[in-house]
Amino acid sequence: MSTIAKDTHHDHEHKPTGLKRWFFSTNHKDIGTLYLIFALTMFFVGGAMAMIIRAELFQPGLQFVDPQFYNSMVTIHALVMIFGAVMPAGVGLANWMIPLMIGAPDMALPRMNNMSFWILPFAFALLLSTIFMQGGGPAGGWTMYPPLVLQTGDAFPFLIFAVHFLGVSSIMGAINIIATVFNMRAPGMSLMQMPLFVWTWVITSFLLIASLPVLAGAVTMLLTDKYFGTSFFSAAGGGDPVLFQHIFWFFGHPEVYILALPAFGIVSSIIPTFSRKPLFGYASMVYATASIAILSFFVWAHHMFTVGLPIKGELFFMYATMLIAVPTGVKVFNWMATMWKGSMTFETPMLFAVAFVILFTIGGFSGLMLGITPVDFQYHDTYFVVAHFHYVLLTGAVFALMAAVYYWLPKWTGHMYDERLGKIHFWLSAISANVLFFPQHFLGLAGMPRRIPDYNIQFADFNMISSIGGFAYGLTQLLFIYIVIKCALGGKKAKSVSWEGARGLEWTVPSPAPFHTFETPPKIRKEMLENG
Amino acid sequence: MKLIYQKLLSLLLLLPFSAIAEWGLNMTQGVTPISKEIYDMHMLTLWVVTIIGVLVFGVMFWSIFHHRKSKGAKAAKFSHSTTVEIIWTIVPTIIIISLAVPATGLLIRMDDTSEAKITIKATGIQWKWKYDYLDEDITLYSSLDAKSQEVAQRDSGQNPMEHENYLLDVDEPLVVPVNTKLRILTTAEDVIHAWWVPELGWKRDAIPGFINDNWAIIEEPGTYRGNCTEICGKGHGYMPIVVKAVSMEEYEAWVDDRKALKLAALESQNKTLTMDESMAEGEKVYKKQCLMCHQANGEGVPGAFPALAGSEIALKKENTLEHLYRIIYGKNLMPKFGDQLTDLEIAAVTTYERNAWGNNTGDLIQPKEVAEARKNQTK
Repeated sequence: MSTIAKDTHHDHEHKPTGLKRWFFSTNHKDIGTLYLIFALTMFFVGGAMAMIIRAELFQPGLQFVDPQFYNSMVTIHALVMIFGAVMPAGVGLANWMIPLMIGAPDMALPRMNNMSFWILPFAFALLLSTIFMQGGGPAGGWTMYPPLVLQTGDAFPFLIFAVHFLGVSSIMGAINIIATVFNMRAPGMSLMQMPLFVWTWVITSFLLIASLPVLAGAVTMLLTDKYFGTSFFSAAGGGDPVLFQHIFWFFGHPEVYILALPAFGIVSSIIPTFSRKPLFGYASMVYATASIAILSFFVWAHHMFTVGLPIKGELFFMYATMLIAVPTGVKVFNWMATMWKGSMTFETPMLFAVAFVILFTIGGFSGLMLGITPVDFQYHDTYFVVAHFHYVLLTGAVFALMAAVYYWLPKWTGHMYDERLGKIHFWLSAISANVLFFPQHFLGLAGMPRRIPDYNIQFADFNMISSIGGFAYGLTQLLFIYIVIKCALGGKKAKSVSWEGARGLEWTVPSPAPFHTFETPPKIRKEMLENG
Repeated sequence: MKLIYQKLLSLLLLLPFSAIAEWGLNMTQGVTPISKEIYDMHMLTLWVVTIIGVLVFGVMFWSIFHHRKSKGAKAAKFSHSTTVEIIWTIVPTIIIISLAVPATGLLIRMDDTSEAKITIKATGIQWKWKYDYLDEDITLYSSLDAKSQEVAQRDSGQNPMEHENYLLDVDEPLVVPVNTKLRILTTAEDVIHAWWVPELGWKRDAIPGFINDNWAIIEEPGTYRGNCTEICGKGHGYMPIVVKAVSMEEYEAWVDDRKALKLAALESQNKTLTMDESMAEGEKVYKKQCLMCHQANGEGVPGAFPALAGSEIALKKENTLEHLYRIIYGKNLMPKFGDQLTDLEIAAVTTYERNAWGNNTGDLIQPKEVAEARKNQTK
């Protein structure tokens, strides 16, 4: 690396070139870009699987795939979207923006940063290769419940090791974010002056560090159950299949917030900018985020109300789950109050952010309904649940990520994206996503279980509508790629403050952000800060 | 493709008229006291969130329309208000408590399985249900009906729209009396399944090594349909549940019938079958029990389910006993059928497998041989 630096020492940016720039990168912006491109790729891989699922469900009867393959699509779609698309996209944004937002020259641990990214392509190569194996890919659902998951063929160890790798990658990313935020803030920036996006990522990082080792433990026990004769989860050997579910969801529920909290952070940056008004209730936003994170460790069994928990357990988990509605409500009210009496404009990032607030709240409403144990006995494992988590993950997390990309693209590329196309992308996405997922509430209430490849004719109409929405949503995302590439290649020059109402340190550097920023820490003036 | 066009057309034409009435939009009220309470609780929550939604989104849209830069709105400067923040923490808390209180009472009532008149154990097996009437010593196996199985095959050429209870029908429904407290235990033999009939108001996981108990009092006679709701492998979508609720007298008559059938099955093990009888009976059994994995042509699914056509075990004379053992006791993914099938059925299906699809061994297995093979519990 040093020779390259010498060769190019005339170049102000000291930027390595070619393959080396990307493979050996320790630059937070390049690694952020890698994460984002990887996430977008996986979004399309997982999306292609969703298209297969919706094509098969377009009408009753089996038309395209066998049930076993269908199950593996359902399983891998979830793993790819969660671990391959939403999480890496969030980490990519964190990499790009956290140093810029806190006035740091880079992440605290740049080499580890490189490694935590480059593990991902290998992990997904392991996971996706299973589709072509004898016996097919993992097909027991992404939750990997034993004993069913132990019936997986050759794909089984690949699945387990892929999950291990993904965990290692995420934990390293989380350590890096915590180290960066606690050590590298520009002098004079206190914790309670950080943008909310940074706060949500710090809290998310603690969730990652606390929950992913638990998942690693659970899947390791699966591995020894299958190959080394242990019986952690086998009733016949004195074990307990429900134990796995407890361990899994102890990871799994915080994981839900790992996907959602960065989205809260993004929206909390965007809404004030386009309302031209400071974020309402900054401190209560921080406390609400922290309480959601803490509560997330005490609600895991609401995923398992039907396993036959003792009634005291069911009551406890019902109360704890309903309690989460309070801090989540506080957030929604704060966003609403931020918009109130603002001077709003609706560029694409704002459109996605407002849609996020509304549609995530709808997902929150169905979440509250699901949290009420006696009624959950009807909703559980039906399409009502599928609708619920797609509202919070797709029209929630993914919409926020889209908002973030539009919001910061000018900073990344130095160009404004095509606003007209951006708006078309938004409206097509928002409409098709609702056509896709809203009817699934009805399907679930009418009695259609999830994860079935074929169904009774009473469910035919809504499934067809849902599939049409699905295809429309999938096609619309091709437009997103076109907009991003077009913006990267050219377009109207972006100013350093790309949006009229934007505040925060990231807007004090030029657009595109130079390869190295804040080599000397900025002098913080209150009015520069998002939450000054 | 023609089907797709027809559907699309009917969607466009009929949407405003018949659709709303016919399409299931909401949860069923069900036919038990508990299911009705659950429906009420569901509607209460639905109304609460709908009202909150209308208020919150209403305020938000009002703001979106009026506080626009294009309408000359100037941004205010305020960024917090302790009073407002306390209000919107406390009010949701109160709403949530007011939902939690009735939910708690309902959950406690659901949990009370005492004083049940009839106890039935539902065991999930890949991919069928086994019902044990614990007080009557009756066992029955309930699998997907033959018609659905046929239509469900990929490219079966048949239109599922013509089969009203497609994937929701079984060969042997669970028969229970109305207005009687039923205790339904759920468990499983292989992987986790879940037993759900929406009209009864609950679903419960069926977990190997665990027994969960639940109850229901069905108030209206009728046939109620549901599915397995926990992914349990490739047949997950193909193990429906059908409950037939009848009057006490009809139920008692049915119990007597089942007991008589059981006696007849015991006698049939002394019967000697001809080749034709065996092949006919064997094909029936094969279609019902074996076809989903080993396929109609006996070729199986490479990598997952072995072929029977041309297989060592079905062709070689010295493997005859092993063939019977596989069917009676199972092996790996192959489930055991010893409990479910009678000696006559096992004999017939073995004969069928040894003579169908060009296997043509000429072997004819008799029920006596099956009875003999059953005695060898050690395999």
